[in-house]
Amino acid sequence: MSLSPILTRLAALLPAGRLLTGPAQLASYESDGLTAFQERPLAVAVPETADEVVALVRFCHAERLPFVARGSGTSLSGGSLPIKEGIVITLNRLNRILRLDPAQRFAVVQPGVINAQVSVAAAPHGLHYAPDPSSQSICTIGGNVAFNSGGAHCLKHGMTSNHVLGIKAVLATGEVVEWGGASREQVGPDWCGLFVGNEGLFGIALEITLQLLPKSECFHTVLAGYRTLEQAGDAVSAIVASGLLPGAIEIMDALALEAASAAVHAEYPPGCEAVLIVELEGPRETVAVERVRLDEIIAASGPVEARPARDAEERLAIWKGRKSAFSAVGRLSPDFIVQDGVVPRRRLGEALRHINAWSREMGVRCANVFHAGDGNLHPLILYDGRVPGALERAEALAGRILKMCVAMGGSITGEHGVGVEKRQYLPDMFSVDEIDCMKRIAAAFDPCSIANPGKMFPVAGALALVQHGLHPLEKAGLISRE
Amino acid sequence: MNPLLTPASLDELVEAVRSTPRVLVVGARTKPRLSAVPDVALLSMTGLRGIIEYDPTEFTFTALAGTPVREIAAALGEKGQYLPFDPMLGEAGATLGGTVAAGLNGPGRFRYGGVRDFILGVRFVDGSGRLLRLGGKVVKNAAGFDLPKFFTGSLGRFGVLAEITFKVFPRPASTLTLRLPAEDAAGVTRILTAAASTRWELDALDASLDESAVCTRLAGPVPAIDALAGEILARWPGRKLSPEEAQTTWSEAAEFSWAHPGGVLVKVALTPAQLPALSALGRNLAGARLRATNGGNAAFLSLPTPLDAARLGEGLRALGIAALTLRGDAPLWPAGRDKPAIASAVKAALDPQNRFPSLDD
Repeated sequence: MSLSPILTRLAALLPAGRLLTGPAQLASYESDGLTAFQERPLAVAVPETADEVVALVRFCHAERLPFVARGSGTSLSGGSLPIKEGIVITLNRLNRILRLDPAQRFAVVQPGVINAQVSVAAAPHGLHYAPDPSSQSICTIGGNVAFNSGGAHCLKHGMTSNHVLGIKAVLATGEVVEWGGASREQVGPDWCGLFVGNEGLFGIALEITLQLLPKSECFHTVLAGYRTLEQAGDAVSAIVASGLLPGAIEIMDALALEAASAAVHAEYPPGCEAVLIVELEGPRETVAVERVRLDEIIAASGPVEARPARDAEERLAIWKGRKSAFSAVGRLSPDFIVQDGVVPRRRLGEALRHINAWSREMGVRCANVFHAGDGNLHPLILYDGRVPGALERAEALAGRILKMCVAMGGSITGEHGVGVEKRQYLPDMFSVDEIDCMKRIAAAFDPCSIANPGKMFPVAGALALVQHGLHPLEKAGLISRE
Repeated sequence: MNPLLTPASLDELVEAVRSTPRVLVVGARTKPRLSAVPDVALLSMTGLRGIIEYDPTEFTFTALAGTPVREIAAALGEKGQYLPFDPMLGEAGATLGGTVAAGLNGPGRFRYGGVRDFILGVRFVDGSGRLLRLGGKVVKNAAGFDLPKFFTGSLGRFGVLAEITFKVFPRPASTLTLRLPAEDAAGVTRILTAAASTRWELDALDASLDESAVCTRLAGPVPAIDALAGEILARWPGRKLSPEEAQTTWSEAAEFSWAHPGGVLVKVALTPAQLPALSALGRNLAGARLRATNGGNAAFLSLPTPLDAARLGEGLRALGIAALTLRGDAPLWPAGRDKPAIASAVKAALDPQNRFPSLDD
């Protein structure tokens, strides 16, 4: 098959075999973690060096060719959904940790480095990289930076942005910039802070300097089961009011528990509508004092059962159950979408009552896993894409939830980003002038609108949703969620 | 003398920006070099003060930008909470907006992060005179570009902050401060670097290079920090400060009372490994005083007069250390600064008529 003239010129920028254009090669790039959307790009470029990435972006700028940067494709908001008339630049081969300075506690990494690998590399020095999205064993730092990924430990440690000290990036104009560096301080405007969470609209990060933190010496992780979600919510309020600052406060509801039990054989207290996971961390002397206080608060909150992890193995088992919840729900339903709206913490109970009522009323099942300490909901809305109208009903429930979050003074996204999935809800949160302001900033970085166009901002005309949301490789029978 | 505008409401603020072709926002002017710009009307935020929302159970508050940080500290303190980066110059009257615009962090920055890490949302007036809200009011938000972070350290050159939302934390039960003398700057650096990588989770890690002494603060339950202090003092010689001495020490750091009155005060961002070289540079400048903070990732350098400012700039450039003059008659950016094309483009996006001065003015 002969390539179009533009792809022929593009192919010349890379060694042979690193511009994928065959339908079978492109299939795995058609979707990301939001499988309800699919699009086949013109081609997929596979650079191996930062210079190649710069050359590709400069080519795209010169030719007005749209591009989508992609890591492992785990975005839950469709952030790396390809563009039909554009290319995908896949960054997985830029996967080197360029520098690790244990004394000054930072690492310089390429965008394709896997999140968990940073902590693996830092571990021999007693250090770790704090942000821990559920997909940390596969998602890349470049993607984390583009979408300001969160995780279970945001209340105390913040999101990706709070751990990025420096960025070298190629902007959509082809300009290469370096902001920040190894210092944990800076002078002047916080350009790194602006770049993190740009959703791929500004350019591509080539090198990221991450702060590393000493690993907490000691943890006290408690799993407590409650008859009702309200009781679990009240326990969270009591913990927050106590003056303790846990590293994580998570809740899973009954349907999420059912899924996690089946997937990783986790055992939860029977007959519970909700399970609360609370984790204290710190020097052993501090945890020894604070755990007494936490255990008292939990005991007073009327749990069916409270189980403190007795050792590191039990702690890991608790977290494995929690972090597998998303994929586990895949066992309950052929398709699901995950929302991540935020509500003020005090209104969590109210928000969940609404979600459950709407779920029943609309006949759409919904499992809830959430970062309770942050008020960050994660309703997993289940549907079967083969049933006509099911996806639309799921989307309708998702929309009601997002609008509720905004009405309560929260946000449409705590950590997944807007992407394509929530772009039509951006105007619920921001005024016309506010969106105009952000569009002007996007245009400053990308005057030709070639960098991940169609993400974050609402566009006229909705994308066609696929009727059955299997990943293209699942359809091809190459992968499954088992 | 620059004319001074003093809006008393958000409407008046918007009107003041719209009706003034060249304007720079100021707070209490505790970092006067940041607003020492000729031929510009100054827009004082001191009339726009007060906490608008504070719900301790949410760990957030929203306040008008002209609110003095000491008022905020008092309100948070009543509920057992605080801004963990220890806002600077509170006694001098520093405002919340000025703290953000200056990007200035206190000793507590070491443990949980700085202004950039605790700011959640802003309402600001852009160069077109529009009052806009970006970021959010909840502790977690990933919707839209993170303009609130960008405004941290932006010196009022990209917009006028009107209202700011912050995340707060529960205040630790107690604190304990240790003073650890060292031989010299290299010794100070060794302690800073080693202490930062331990299990202790120190609350603050500062040093006076003039006195070759590290000052560190532990925070948490009394029995825990007593035990940790014992371990630290077994590793390095030093002593516990009395509560009064500790109070004086951290207040001096926060208020710059150790620096030369009427002199030049410069903030530098560096890595701990660069500290000995910075100290050597300081010793070559007559009367210079040097304090490190944030585990040696930032330092403040004070000169008695502006005479050595040019030499300081040359020295910093040679070391590749970025710096900002907070007060005194010295260049705003003593070591210069990068000027990528994107910086002008973003300035034009937020302030198309150049109503606000540039970072070079």
